[in-house]
Amino acid sequence: MRLRDIPITAWIGIIGIIAAFICAFFAPWIAPFGETDVLGDVWAPADAQHVFGLDNLGRDILSRLIYGARTTLFVALGATVISFSLGIILSFTAAVSRGAIDLVLSRFNDLMMSIPTLIFALVVLAVLPQNLIVLILVMAILDSTRVYRLGRAVALDVAVMEFVEAAKLRGEGKLWIIFREILPNTLSPLLAEFGLRFAFAILFLSTLSFLGLGIQPPAADWGGMVKDNKDGIIFGISAALVPGAAIAALAVCVNLVVDWLLKRTSSLKGGRGDA
Amino acid sequence: MPELLSVRDLKIEATSYPPGEPPRRVTIVDGVSFDLQKGKVLGLIGESGAGKSTIGLSALAYGRGGAEITGGEVLLDGQNLLALGKGGIRKVRGARVCYVAQSAAAAFNPAHRLGEQVIEASVKHSLMPKEEARKRALYLFRVLGLPNPETFGERYPHQVSGGQLQRAMTAMALCSNPELIVFDEPTTALDVTTQIDVLAAIKHAIEETHTAALYITHDLAVVAQISDDIMVLRHGKKVEYGTARQIIEAPNEAYTRALVNVRQDKREEAADQTGALLRVENVTAGYSSFKVLSDVSLHVPKGQTLAIVGESGSGKSTLARVITGLLPAQQGTVTFDGKPLPRALKGRSNEELRRIQLIYQMADTAMNPRQTVRDIIGRPLTFYYGLRGAAKTARITELLEQIEMGKGFIDRYPAELSGGQKQRVAIARALAADPELILCDEPTSALDPLVAEGILKLLTRLQQEKQLSYIFITHDIAIVRAIADSVAVMHRGRLVRFGPKSRVLSPPFDDYTDLLLKSVPEMEIGWLERVLATRKMESAGN
Amino acid sequence: MSNPADAGQPGLRLRERFPLVALIAERLALSIVLLFAVSILIFGGLEALPGDFATTYLGQSATPQAVANIRAELGLDRPVTTRYAEWLGNALHGDFGTSWASKNSVSEQIANRLGNSLFLAGFAAIIAVPLAVGLGMLSVHFRNRLPDKVINVLSLAAISLPEFFIGYLLIYFFAVRYGIATFPATVYAEMSFLERLQAIALPTATLVLVVLAHMMRMTRAAILSVMSSAYMETAELKGLGAFRAIVKHAAPNALAPIINVVALNLAYLVVGVVVVEVVFVYPGMGQYMVDAVTVRDMPVVQACGLIFAAVYIFLNMVADILAIVANPRLRHPR
Repeated sequence: MRLRDIPITAWIGIIGIIAAFICAFFAPWIAPFGETDVLGDVWAPADAQHVFGLDNLGRDILSRLIYGARTTLFVALGATVISFSLGIILSFTAAVSRGAIDLVLSRFNDLMMSIPTLIFALVVLAVLPQNLIVLILVMAILDSTRVYRLGRAVALDVAVMEFVEAAKLRGEGKLWIIFREILPNTLSPLLAEFGLRFAFAILFLSTLSFLGLGIQPPAADWGGMVKDNKDGIIFGISAALVPGAAIAALAVCVNLVVDWLLKRTSSLKGGRGDA
Repeated sequence: MPELLSVRDLKIEATSYPPGEPPRRVTIVDGVSFDLQKGKVLGLIGESGAGKSTIGLSALAYGRGGAEITGGEVLLDGQNLLALGKGGIRKVRGARVCYVAQSAAAAFNPAHRLGEQVIEASVKHSLMPKEEARKRALYLFRVLGLPNPETFGERYPHQVSGGQLQRAMTAMALCSNPELIVFDEPTTALDVTTQIDVLAAIKHAIEETHTAALYITHDLAVVAQISDDIMVLRHGKKVEYGTARQIIEAPNEAYTRALVNVRQDKREEAADQTGALLRVENVTAGYSSFKVLSDVSLHVPKGQTLAIVGESGSGKSTLARVITGLLPAQQGTVTFDGKPLPRALKGRSNEELRRIQLIYQMADTAMNPRQTVRDIIGRPLTFYYGLRGAAKTARITELLEQIEMGKGFIDRYPAELSGGQKQRVAIARALAADPELILCDEPTSALDPLVAEGILKLLTRLQQEKQLSYIFITHDIAIVRAIADSVAVMHRGRLVRFGPKSRVLSPPFDDYTDLLLKSVPEMEIGWLERVLATRKMESAGN
Repeated sequence: MSNPADAGQPGLRLRERFPLVALIAERLALSIVLLFAVSILIFGGLEALPGDFATTYLGQSATPQAVANIRAELGLDRPVTTRYAEWLGNALHGDFGTSWASKNSVSEQIANRLGNSLFLAGFAAIIAVPLAVGLGMLSVHFRNRLPDKVINVLSLAAISLPEFFIGYLLIYFFAVRYGIATFPATVYAEMSFLERLQAIALPTATLVLVVLAHMMRMTRAAILSVMSSAYMETAELKGLGAFRAIVKHAAPNALAPIINVVALNLAYLVVGVVVVEVVFVYPGMGQYMVDAVTVRDMPVVQACGLIFAAVYIFLNMVADILAIVANPRLRHPR
């Protein structure tokens, strides 16, 4: 796998993702102003000092955007890592054990998947207290169902191959079979799925924040920024479009990289169903 | 006699994409020429990769996958098919030249009835009105021996058996009265007893209709029954070309001779077959809804080979699963070295597992593609004996030598090995455990005849050196003659015959064994006619 | 196995006589069971979640006395099974109780709003589905050439854009700058059909854009897989024209996978409706639910959740049944 083999679209994606992470890590040093500093008039237009202008409370949009990268990425990445781990562990166990364990886990997963993610999230968030941990866990658990479905399909594909049976005949234990026989053969589709889940998490978090149920003010996350500034649209103020574009740009970058990974995979089960 | 088909200096190339390297141009067919007269059959024979299918498809000016015809001419009645444009070649395909695929099951559209698909080309090429096409299809169904020919056309592909589909595909090719049919390994995927019926049906049909044919196969015995001439191919080049009789009875080239003589040797069976390393007694096994094995009893003495013969559905592979513990027996016992084995895999100790090893039919899927030869052969060494580091590497090298492969292979991945090499590595993996009994589940069925020969010789040699016992599962009687001491014949889950080879393979026979033995093509001209005269066609079932 | 002569015998199980009907009946039963399970999840799951709901509901003003009061007022002190039975029983009669926030009948609100949401979603579906299938086929026809690459890039961009961003983008350009469309998208009972269409033009466009991209990519994959089947090669080797091969041989086999794709994406529609209604201030179920969640108005949240889930389950069931019917192996068993 040489660097030359990566197509230009994937490079664009990789660079975009790296840029977002740099903003997230080095926000206090990169951002020209503070996250909550009020610097001027409400919705002041863009000028030399404020590249994107000021928001609905007079704060610098660019700075809030940079700090927002931190929250968005941290929550989205955290939720994705948890959902992925949970989904893979459960689905691989089901695929290797078959029988009752597989039946129970899969039926339960089907049940959880029969409610669209957003609706389920709304219902659950109506009950739970509003804080970051709850948000991450809710996103993670709901999304793990999609990971479960893909993981099980991919693991089963490999589990029925004869070399897995050969390992069983040797007397190998379940852990060996999962980690040394099945997992290495499923890396490509799993990596692509991780990317897809990450893109979905970014969009989902932004949507929740936009609806007022995600990150609470005054912390800045991109979805929340759209919500704060949306009333200006009717007056021709484009402030809300800036964070929206940022969300879109990041999601595009992740999807470009995922597309490239998918092309390298021979088969991907489960399609790209994201509801 | 004027030539119907004249192929001159045919050259076919493709682009291959080896992993980790830039794409390469490879030559699949390199300057092949031959002629075919009206009403004659030319057999194209060769091992896999010889280019025979590719040549067959070139008669329709078609390249499958990335294959491109880059040079030469394909003249049908004097007209170069390769020079025709899209519209021109479309008129030829399905009307003057037709194709019968290897897997009829995949080649038919599952959404339409068979009859419709059989007459489609004839009607669409305006060769005959629909009613006439239907009548012709009915006639062909009869000639090909299909059951209930009047209603056969109303069925869907998934409702009929593999042998019937293959015949339906032949009917589809014959329906438009073509001048030439290309048969691409039409009986390879079928059972032996079905194969002979389909073969006879095809031969009868093309004789009746005076159609010329290209018959592609890797089985020399089959092609000897049906062709007038034979062309032997290897690596895209012509090796030898002559009449069927000349090729079979007096081959010129060394390669051809090797193909003709494959598995001529027969083994002397062991005299004393009373002892038993493994004993199977009254085993019945199956799944909750149906039984696969009923009351099977047999045994294997130490250092000898038991061949289990049967067709698909006979239960032979299931027996292997019962012996290894993957499928617990419902009744009966399996005794190894005097002690009964726990029925399920879970209950067996590592020692019990170590002493019985299994070799699979498809070496591709039997080894983890992400592991090197070192990992594959080394794991049993570590798992059973705790070997590591230098000691392990030394033992792996020893094993590689025993399977006649050098230590340079130790860090290769399975994808970098040929079919025969992969199977050898699988054998080394089995040997690494130092077993006493090896179950071989059709280990050579997926290999070319010459490569298979090599594997069988290797297994025989290893048996002599290490006093191994083998249970060899196969559907190929020739292999049985070559390597077995005792033979068990299975049919639909029951043991039909069991005993020393000489006794089982000599008359008097029961009906099934009789049928089985008579169905195996011999490498003799005229064998098919002789057998058909003494054997009734079982067209209804197959 | 299915012999017409057996159809008359009463001894044989239904499954063997009419396998197709049996399969459909199974799916129906499964969906009903699923719906019940979902209702338990929505109602009972709330009980299982950690933390005390009454305290969360009151937030800042959660003094012990206030908590006890609100519990009695909302009826939270009764056992959960009683409350569930009562809730479910009423729901089956169409009565979803009263909203905690506005004290109005929930069922009344839903009756109005459900129609609006279905209208919006249905209209978007009617536009999006044929467009997606058409673009998918176009993509396959020009496989790996420029039109395909362009469609691929555009659809990739479209699935990466959040619905609210597309919505505000459309509003900004079409409503505010150029004044072509109306915003907000208010509809009321007395409107004519044409006026309605005009009002929902922008929200429909937003929904269509989101769903179209996903659906088109999946349709392309489904069609591509069918096109590379062995029977398509047979069609070519029989000298059949490209058009006939596609219509007669590819299309019947692509039906089932495409139906599946459409069903999968109808889920996007259900979710997209929620966000789009909030963006365009459209009086539908989505906006109702979001407002209720913000103030923790549980009867409304539970009722809306149940209805959304029911619609989703129903759509998936229809898709499954259609896929069963489209499969020749199941229509004509051995």
